[in-house]
Amino acid sequence: MAAAFLSRPVYPGLALVPQARRHIFALEGAGAGALTDLAPDAGALTRSDILYLPRDPDGAAQAVALAALGAASLWQAPDLAALLSRLAGLLDGARMGTRLYAAGSEGFIGQVLVVAEAAGIDPLSVATEHRGNRARRVQCVHCKTVAEEVTTQPCACPGCGLTLFVRDHYSRRLGAFQGVCIDAEEPGSAPAAEEAFR
Amino acid sequence: MPPGSATAAVHRPETFLPGTFRDDFSYRNSPGNIPHFPFPFAEDSYRYSVNIEPHVPGRPGSAFEHLIDVDEHYLSEMADRARVLEEDPLRYQALPHMMLAQWDVLELLMEEQARAYPHLFTLTKDGDRWRWINRPMGIDDTFTFGDPATLPREPFDYIARQTQGDHAILDQRDGNLWMDAGMITAQADWSLDFDVGMSFHEWHAPVPLAHEMGVFDRALKFLLNLRLGQPVRRLNWTMTINPRLDTSPERYPHWGPDRMTVTPQNAGRKVHLRVELQSLWRLPRSNAILFPIRGYLMSLDQIVTVPKWGRRLPRVLESLPPELVEYKGLSRYRQTAIDWLKPYDDGQPTSPGIFPD
Repeated sequence: MAAAFLSRPVYPGLALVPQARRHIFALEGAGAGALTDLAPDAGALTRSDILYLPRDPDGAAQAVALAALGAASLWQAPDLAALLSRLAGLLDGARMGTRLYAAGSEGFIGQVLVVAEAAGIDPLSVATEHRGNRARRVQCVHCKTVAEEVTTQPCACPGCGLTLFVRDHYSRRLGAFQGVCIDAEEPGSAPAAEEAFR
Repeated sequence: MPPGSATAAVHRPETFLPGTFRDDFSYRNSPGNIPHFPFPFAEDSYRYSVNIEPHVPGRPGSAFEHLIDVDEHYLSEMADRARVLEEDPLRYQALPHMMLAQWDVLELLMEEQARAYPHLFTLTKDGDRWRWINRPMGIDDTFTFGDPATLPREPFDYIARQTQGDHAILDQRDGNLWMDAGMITAQADWSLDFDVGMSFHEWHAPVPLAHEMGVFDRALKFLLNLRLGQPVRRLNWTMTINPRLDTSPERYPHWGPDRMTVTPQNAGRKVHLRVELQSLWRLPRSNAILFPIRGYLMSLDQIVTVPKWGRRLPRVLESLPPELVEYKGLSRYRQTAIDWLKPYDDGQPTSPGIFPD
């Protein structure tokens, strides 16, 4: 059962830490809803910075909803790399009492946690909420290429082309699931890919 | 090099075999080395257990005689490790906070090997100025303990290239153990690059059955209390087709097809029992734990030269739970191996324990 797989992180949901002196929200796509549902009070919002990566189809509307919160700052990222880079900068200058929150796809949360850990933040102290699809980030154990947004089982490695079985084994350090060649013993015997992570 | 002379009652390797673990797979145990093999089954049926015992010097001539065991395959294993690292440097990793533990490990492995095999290794200490002589590999280095700049490589990398077996270093913090460094070139299908940085339960997540039995909870609790100077050990095992050390997931496309090649005719020389003598040592400065995973390979046709082992192995293989057969990757050839072994089981009772009669 996937839920009991012990290397898989759990995402308990966003809960505001009221005594924090500063809140940083890293949000992706439907993850915006995790913050608007939380509806923080005005006092908390004056101490909040929001980094948002919009995703189709609802990105524009979610951006409007986030703007309506009236946080101290709202920054919309052009892509994931830009968001992670800005987040790293923010964390680098962050003081004691800063709390980080991440919501969005599992691959997004994983990469936010990698940045957080690099900044010396205990990943377990980061509030996380999974919103949106169940697409997986997958590291090919053979050539080490990371495939983004994997929705099928098995999947093709974009690096070496092998057909990979997507395991539940998850590395927080890499922010990725493990992909292992599914037909190594009998090349050519791989089953057809089926939608598995939607 | 000539083949090793028969091992005397006391294990004291003088010469080293030139066997290979890839391509032509010329690895074999010399007849004298067969009783040295740590046969892992103490009874005729398989039972899952943590089976941890004190790691104290054991029966002379066995793999347990010395706490860090060196045998006739020392040079060929070190040569295979060097090739693996050349092809894939990620098999060695050490997170930045592990440097103190690296020095602990260098000291431990040098001291243990020099104490057990003074004809092969010598360590002399003059304050922080240390001299290490490794005769089989032709190494004679003087360095300053604690100063990485005085060694040609990081200390753990340096000594792990001169010690048989894979090694992981487990950091202890927050009531957990973390796999924060490793030299892993002969693994039974797990990836250091993927698992480095994981907690105890995380890196064991793929193991079936044992979590539900509470095995890892108990093992972790036990290991967190591991004491300096009181190392412990356990045996683990799987099977490997051809005497291949590097059965990493990284290289699975290279070795996976071997599993299709087992026939009733070749099972005796192709199917190998792969035993890991795992030990765990508290480290003095870093409070981390060194975890050597010392691997041994023996073909079925060499195993059955010990009548007790030949009787017992087919009985154990028949008793395995299906989840374990799948997890260990035995599904495709287990029955062929059992059928090949059956003629060596005359139905007689076997004596308790792992050693030959």
